Amino acid sequence: MGQIALQGVQKSFGPVHIIKGADLDITDGSFVVFVGPSGCGKTTLLRLIAGLEDVTGGAILIDGRNVVDVPPAKRGLSMVFQSYALYPHMSVRGNIAFGLKMAGLPKAEINRKVEAAAATLNLTPYLERKPRELSGGQRQRVAIGRAIVREPKAFLFDEPLSNLDAALRVQMRLEVTRLQKQLATTAIYVTHDQVEAMTMADKIVVLNAGKIEQYGSPLDLYERPNNLFVAGFIGSPKMNFISGEAARQQGAPTIGVRPEHLKVERAGQGGWPGTVSVAEHLGSDTFLYVDAGQLGMLTARYIGELSLSPGDKVSLSPEPARIHRFDESGNAIHA
Amino acid sequence: MATPLSLESVSQRGTAATGTRQTQGLARLLLAPAVGLLFIWMIVPLALTIYFSTLHYNLLDSESQQFVGLDNFRYFLTDPAFIASLQNTLVLVGSVLALTILLGIPLALLLDQPVLGRSIVRLMVIAPFFVMPTVSALVWKNLLMHPVSGLFAWIAKLFGATPIDWFNDAPLFAVILIVSWQWLPFATLILLTALQSLDEEQKEAAEMDGAGALSTFIYITVPHLARPITVVILIETIFLLTVFAEIFVTTGGGPGLQTTNIAFLIYSQALIQYDIGSASAGGLVAVVIANIVAFFLVRIVGRNLEA
Repeated sequence: MGQIALQGVQKSFGPVHIIKGADLDITDGSFVVFVGPSGCGKTTLLRLIAGLEDVTGGAILIDGRNVVDVPPAKRGLSMVFQSYALYPHMSVRGNIAFGLKMAGLPKAEINRKVEAAAATLNLTPYLERKPRELSGGQRQRVAIGRAIVREPKAFLFDEPLSNLDAALRVQMRLEVTRLQKQLATTAIYVTHDQVEAMTMADKIVVLNAGKIEQYGSPLDLYERPNNLFVAGFIGSPKMNFISGEAARQQGAPTIGVRPEHLKVERAGQGGWPGTVSVAEHLGSDTFLYVDAGQLGMLTARYIGELSLSPGDKVSLSPEPARIHRFDESGNAIHA
Repeated sequence: MATPLSLESVSQRGTAATGTRQTQGLARLLLAPAVGLLFIWMIVPLALTIYFSTLHYNLLDSESQQFVGLDNFRYFLTDPAFIASLQNTLVLVGSVLALTILLGIPLALLLDQPVLGRSIVRLMVIAPFFVMPTVSALVWKNLLMHPVSGLFAWIAKLFGATPIDWFNDAPLFAVILIVSWQWLPFATLILLTALQSLDEEQKEAAEMDGAGALSTFIYITVPHLARPITVVILIETIFLLTVFAEIFVTTGGGPGLQTTNIAFLIYSQALIQYDIGSASAGGLVAVVIANIVAFFLVRIVGRNLEA
């Protein structure tokens, strides 16, 4: 079981409030991603759950039991650190076994569990090596092995893929997700990369300045963002925000249109006129950065190749059903 | 002992900065005067020492210098004073190493904690290292260990005990205490910087793995300190083999031979007995001993330095 609930969790360092009251329910076996810009408190929130930091106020419940006064090792959670934090003088086997050794398990059982974990992660040939003799991806796997061998109630990941190169990151992303589904253990994963969040999560927590802005499934956040922050943070390229006369015509002070929901046509077809200032041709997509006069710079995404070059006149029209409307304080107006 | 080492490092640096063949040749040419000077600096004293060691050469009778072959070595090595001083040297080096490391680790752990006035505490801990050996030996001899007017005697009397006459009853131990006091800051400082470089996330990982303070110390901190401890052992040994001022100022090698180490024995051969030949032989023996010690040290602890 790995049900985690936060109730009004607060954390301040001296006079600085890092977490301003977080409420959250994480169901057993789900993969939850904390995402937000740097400094939003996502790592602090994870460390509070881990017990590496003490809460200033509120309660953290694991399977219904308040654990704010329980030391980290007794919470039944395991953590994968950003730097992996492998013990450099121990072999891979020693690293994975350390937690079990501290728990005082008999040697035979430790060996059995370590070898099972190593087999799951394809680490068996490297068991006797030292961390410095491994590649980045292998070290990452050892760190994960150290976490899974203890059969925790939940895994905590603190930006574990940020030290890997792009290709390896995509591969490890897949492996972590697959492993989590296979073990069916609750996982909390911190990242600043919204692509990681969208691809891995069952549910995403968007954090900003110590507050939970929205908690929901990836598509929920994409289709029904609660406010301007979530709307701008989720989705790549970023959502276009338009205010002024064009927005008022749609019945809101500010409207948002995602680049993929802007139809690009030749000039003079109605919609918003503009001039292409940059065109990025990826083959599968074409990103257009269009100077739309009073509306500002708009980004449009066209699926497939569109042979436009800077200086070309275009006309952009939003899909009416895909327009997001926001009130003066930035909250979404749901129809 | 130190000169051949520095010579080697100079020539290494010369080849390390490799450029084209032309600049390499030029580099050698330009380095030559410095290397040559260092070489002469080393080779002339060494050659003279070897030369003197084969002579019967006593300053009291400097007219009659005659070649005696290896007799000086035979006399020096079979002298009971040599075995005694060799033993004293090893006891001194070993004890000071053990004391400085065993006390240095807890001290470094304490100094690593955030306490009020930490920078001042650190400065005071480092201070003994900057006191010159003669001065610190005098302070210990006259202010602390003096059996009548010393602080230790006063404390002993406070509790009704008989003051210890350090330099008569436990002379070698007294010297070990003084030298340890001087080298403790060095060990502490090296170990402290090593502690500060210990990855915070590693300690947290150990905490998550359920390791308590003691387990974290044994399994994480001590292995991390293996390398700095090696550095402390190697560097301290180099200097501790040649301890002289502390002995000269406090006990003068006595009582008897109880605090005479190799360095002091050579000094007494040369400047108390005026026997230049025997002192030269002793000096060469000391070079050999230092190299034997270095050989074993590097074999025992040197592998910790390999990355």
